[in-house]
Amino acid sequence: MALSGDSFKAIEMRTLHHFHGGIHPPTHKSQSTGTGIATLPLPEKLVVPLHQHVGNCAVPEVRVGEHVLKGQRIGRPEGRQSSAVHAPTSGTVAAIDMQTVAHASGMPDLCVTLIPDGKDEWIAHAGVDYRNTSHTDLRHMLRDAGVVGLGGAVFPSDIKSYSRHHKITTLVINGAECEPYITCDDMLMRERPRDILRGAEVLRELLYADEVLIGIEDNKPEAIAAMRKALEQDGHQHMEVIAVPTLYPGGGAKQLILVLTGVEVAAGVRSTEKGVQCFNVATAWSVWRAIAHGEPLLSRIVTVTGNVEHAQNFEVLLGTPVQELVAYAGNKPDTGRYIMGGPMMGVDLPNSSVGVTKATNCIIAASPALFPPPQPALPCIRCTRCTDVCPAELQPQDLYWFAKSNNFGKAQEFSLFDCIECGACAYVCPSHIPLVHYYRYAKSEILVRDHDKRAADLARERHEFRQFRIEREKQEKAERLAQKERAAAEAKAKAVTELPTQVDPAADADDTQQLRIDAALARAKEQAAAASPRNTELLTPEQRSEVEAIEARRAKIHKIASDAGADDEPPKRN
Amino acid sequence: MITALWIMVALAALLGLILGYASIRFRVEGNPLAEKIDAVLPQTQCGQCGYPGCKPYAEAIAKGEADINLCPPGGEEGIHKLAELLGVEFKPFGENAQPKPKAVAFIDEETCIGCTLCIQACPVDAIVGAAKQMHTIIASECTGCELCVPPCPVDCISMLPLEEKLTNWKWRYPVTPLKLSK
Ligand code: SF4
Ligand code: SF4
Ligand code: SF4
Ligand code: SF4
Repeated sequence: MALSGDSFKAIEMRTLHHFHGGIHPPTHKSQSTGTGIATLPLPEKLVVPLHQHVGNCAVPEVRVGEHVLKGQRIGRPEGRQSSAVHAPTSGTVAAIDMQTVAHASGMPDLCVTLIPDGKDEWIAHAGVDYRNTSHTDLRHMLRDAGVVGLGGAVFPSDIKSYSRHHKITTLVINGAECEPYITCDDMLMRERPRDILRGAEVLRELLYADEVLIGIEDNKPEAIAAMRKALEQDGHQHMEVIAVPTLYPGGGAKQLILVLTGVEVAAGVRSTEKGVQCFNVATAWSVWRAIAHGEPLLSRIVTVTGNVEHAQNFEVLLGTPVQELVAYAGNKPDTGRYIMGGPMMGVDLPNSSVGVTKATNCIIAASPALFPPPQPALPCIRCTRCTDVCPAELQPQDLYWFAKSNNFGKAQEFSLFDCIECGACAYVCPSHIPLVHYYRYAKSEILVRDHDKRAADLARERHEFRQFRIEREKQEKAERLAQKERAAAEAKAKAVTELPTQVDPAADADDTQQLRIDAALARAKEQAAAASPRNTELLTPEQRSEVEAIEARRAKIHKIASDAGADDEPPKRN
Repeated sequence: MITALWIMVALAALLGLILGYASIRFRVEGNPLAEKIDAVLPQTQCGQCGYPGCKPYAEAIAKGEADINLCPPGGEEGIHKLAELLGVEFKPFGENAQPKPKAVAFIDEETCIGCTLCIQACPVDAIVGAAKQMHTIIASECTGCELCVPPCPVDCISMLPLEEKLTNWKWRYPVTPLKLSK
């Protein structure tokens, strides 16, 4: 491994650590770094998905036919974990509907289709001085500007830049970009290092972090030099650009944190609990644009490479159809499919008309010559090569076995969810087993099962409550019936003769009738069960006099009420 | 508006209390095996097993009175789980107990006459509505048991199969050509 003088110095200054395993696949990066970042001409139309981030889908807040300006919010963040979506240029909203999106599923999702008017006219916008602005306001600006992690995870940055329970000592800025073919972060660091570092300062401020460590793999000497120069130029303190050895997947957050700080983030633990938070370089850049210039996230740098005439990086408006992008780079006719992301972790796009999203860091035009179809898989020979390279220190061959046999409980026991899907295991597997596909399959099955389990628990709870309610209603009904029976009995025993004169039939017709019915029912019951004693007969003299007193009171009140012409209910008797 | 909000909050608190009370009061003590079985049953409460709900079926299995292959909503996987739990052999579904794709009920609100019959049939209170008012199904709480379908006098309830969406999409089981070893 050839180290440049600069990075060698950095390694000397700081002891770097190692993560387990790792591989050295051919990088194929030089193809797309020959020319600088180019801007794509305005496309004919933009298909902007409203769900480009982790969390709730943004809610559309424009109408079809409405004219929108560049930077105007078209999707409002919904709920705690969400992010805004904006019009990447000025134009007219042609549709708000379900369209196929850049996702492995090939499923449709809610998108806003925008026809650009060609003027690229900005909405009024202005930045703030982050040193004079409250953290709450800054985070709100990030959320409203749609800033999310651009390294591929698209997690809302406003949430990630807040640590209430843990003191953050180190902010790691990830410029490692370890995956083959992808060079968008490399070019961004070469061309716009100052704004990246300024964005890092904002993030440091938000997290109250003591130091900022910027990790860049040592196969990017130009980026390292540019970042170091910018750091010196702007005099950033407690900030360091560190060259890390090129080893895939050194750009994984846990791996980079380990290499730079020696902090091992164990299974199921968040790095913030260990005092470290990590952001991608492009995210830091967008943070600065959003805070200091009031510019929402409207575009991103995308590497277009593979089977094209001139592989290059482009600044691409979100929603730009992939086919326009690859056509501009000189797509060759034998391209069979398109990979979003790199060859190790990327996914096949369902078609080439889907729009670029915040997660699209790279588009690889794949031809059968460049990416031959997978070889037939052979049985696992338990060679443990996969175990040797796994950066998460898992047992890939066991996980494969459990996923293959749908033994999900066991897979979870063996820390399936710690797998970062880096593909190192599949890369070295002599049996060509598509290991990562098995892990993705098992993970999504487990997530759906967890969801079903929660739904079943809720259903059980609701069912039990319903039974409780029915039971309670039954009891109440029985009580009411008993009460009525008693009332009727009393009415018969005491007031059969006086009731009609007592109650004003006009004012209380219903009630009188009800009492008559009750009395009739009681009579019928009595006849049916002639032997059953009435409880009034077994009363002691004291009780009897008490009842009589109550009855007298009741009659008096009743009289007053009917005299006053009130059509209220007669006083209840007990 | 504010009053309405307060009423909702008060109602939520009250229902929470009742629910909490119910869970304590109706805690079934004793048969832990039946509870374990109940925990793996899908809680659709549909009665297709021939028992008036999942818990009665669980109790019947625990007593050894019922077979483990009677619950279609649980699917084959449910039988596997029961077999594992009870340490018995897996048993495939019989002729007339075949699992169907998951569905949720949907009320055609134009046709609904507000008779409340479906509300009385729903085992999980997933239908809201008052007498002579249009009724609606809370899709997230509907278990797809179909019990509300037959009582409806105007046949306005239909079962819609649950479609696959981006939010519930799953990676498929890998299909790769397997080369036989030479
Ligand atoms: S590398 Fe492939 S063949 Fe070797 S143990 Fe792992 S899964 Fe099996
Ligand atoms: S894909 Fe998962 S199991 Fe395979 S090497 Fe990477 S982290 Fe390990
Ligand atoms: S058949 Fe229906 S009621 Fe019976 S256990 Fe299965 S889901 Fe529950
Ligand atoms: S709404 Fe109908 S199908 Fe859904 S749970 Fe209630 S009764 Fe069953």
